[in-house]
Amino acid sequence: MATTTPQATFLDANEIVINMGPQHPSTHGVLRVILRLDGEKVLGTECVIGYLHRGVEKIAENRTYVQFAPYVDRMDYVAAVSNGLGYCEAIEKLLNVEAPPRARYVRTILTELNRISSHLLWLGTHALDLGAITPLFYTFREREEILKIFENYCGARLTTHAFRIGGLQYETYDGFEEQVKAFCNYFPPKVDEYEALLTGNRIWLQRTKGVGILKADEAIDMSVTGPVLRASGVKWDLRKAKPYAAYAELDFEIPTGPNGDTFDRYMVRMEEMRQSIRIVRQAVDKIPEGPIMAKVPKIMKPPVGEIYHSIEAPKGELGYYVVSDGSTQPYRVRVRPPCFINLQALDRMCRGHLVADVVAIIGTIDIVLGEVDR
Amino acid sequence: MPEEKPPEPPKPGESPAAPAAPGAKPAPEAKPHLEKPAVAAPTGPVGAPWSGEIVETLKSTFPDIAIQPFAYLTQNYLLLPRESIVPVAMFLKTELHFTLLADLTAADYPKKEKRFEVIYQLYSFSRNERLRLKVPVGEQESIESVVPVWSGADWMEREVFDMFGIRFEHHPNLKRILLPDEWEGHPLRKDYSILQQDERWVRENLHIESGQ
Repeated sequence: MATTTPQATFLDANEIVINMGPQHPSTHGVLRVILRLDGEKVLGTECVIGYLHRGVEKIAENRTYVQFAPYVDRMDYVAAVSNGLGYCEAIEKLLNVEAPPRARYVRTILTELNRISSHLLWLGTHALDLGAITPLFYTFREREEILKIFENYCGARLTTHAFRIGGLQYETYDGFEEQVKAFCNYFPPKVDEYEALLTGNRIWLQRTKGVGILKADEAIDMSVTGPVLRASGVKWDLRKAKPYAAYAELDFEIPTGPNGDTFDRYMVRMEEMRQSIRIVRQAVDKIPEGPIMAKVPKIMKPPVGEIYHSIEAPKGELGYYVVSDGSTQPYRVRVRPPCFINLQALDRMCRGHLVADVVAIIGTIDIVLGEVDR
Repeated sequence: MPEEKPPEPPKPGESPAAPAAPGAKPAPEAKPHLEKPAVAAPTGPVGAPWSGEIVETLKSTFPDIAIQPFAYLTQNYLLLPRESIVPVAMFLKTELHFTLLADLTAADYPKKEKRFEVIYQLYSFSRNERLRLKVPVGEQESIESVVPVWSGADWMEREVFDMFGIRFEHHPNLKRILLPDEWEGHPLRKDYSILQQDERWVRENLHIESGQ
């Protein structure tokens, strides 16, 4: 410590570089961020990622279309149902089949429940990062109810592999609709409860208001999608813009935020949970009778071609670009990961803020490292 | 350069019939996972020609550039020469409002004259329309970075560089993103086997003989 020149001692130094992660509880996995600081002010950040890289896209080229389906659940493992929906729909388009209406409705219900569970996990951990311990227990309590529905439906709670190419493997269980409806009645007061804990809380407001502002044009320039983009005021949701599953027949609003700060992103996700309940309610009432599986060949050989299909995952636009060469295995599968691309905006959002705000901003982007690294 | 094969629109109910023939049935257990089956047509998919307002505007603005419009499954794409990507991208963004670069990736077709294809998925909020750009790039060639057009291309181009080894000129920070900086090889190339890895790196850094 004594070997440095006077200009470079820590009292004098204008810039220091510190390392955060990869083993750090507030980085939500194995994200490593290198911070360049002036005192406590952030001058710049650099993300070091790839600790969880498993080569999902390479694996896809060596599995059949059906064999690859469970792998996509392991990317964004807190929103496995959404991942499966995007993949199955992409391959269905390539095969030129369409899932039957009943399957599309059940898919919509499970995907929206998954969106709620993903947002609940985000809310609990994000609040925990900012020092509020209580919401974590509440959100996990409600998340458990959703996971029970998944478990009853397909036997798995997290990596569900709930859907199949062409529709569904399983018919809904006895009491599915009642359990979902009961959840729809049980859940909205709980959102109000979280809001009572956080929205008006002075500490919460000080930690989130004006922190990590991302303007709309910046967000679009950075290819940011999902709640982060909507909080910046861009009213764009793929469920409305390019409806898939059964969303075209259901009525819901797209919440947006005025300022694009951490608080707006929090409010957008809270409102999205309410809207998801609205979607689930309508969908449960409308589930049509009929088959759950379209006619798909046992051995899938999509014609030579390519498709880009994307859905609104809880984190943003989740796209699959699949190239078929006419064989049983995909020639190329590209996953357009929402977390990976949203995380790019971290640097722009962090600059000028304090170190403690970096934690808030990482939390507010809502990353899952399994998907960032794939 | 373009494949002149006639476009084959997929017909429902027709494609399922062919694979069901017992002779064509692959034996997944017996086949090593290292190689693609021989049926692979590694020249990439072929779409039907397509025309529209976007194509007309582009052709009148860039009369010297060979822009080839195709469509497959109602998704439009343009095949562009490598040199034209930045001016065309800039024009698409500023004049035709394709403001969102949804995705940037690549695919490897070793049998093609130009081995790689860099693929851009654009989206326009005002038109609610998608457009895909495909740019063939040879193995020894590089392509101009589109970071000046869309900042979001930064990490996506780094990932393509990491996985395919395609160099992007004038990229602000072109280095590996998912794999370690010293890693040898580019895993998403077709000649990189699924079991392959940089054994020297694994030995020196993880102190194990093999990751398998």
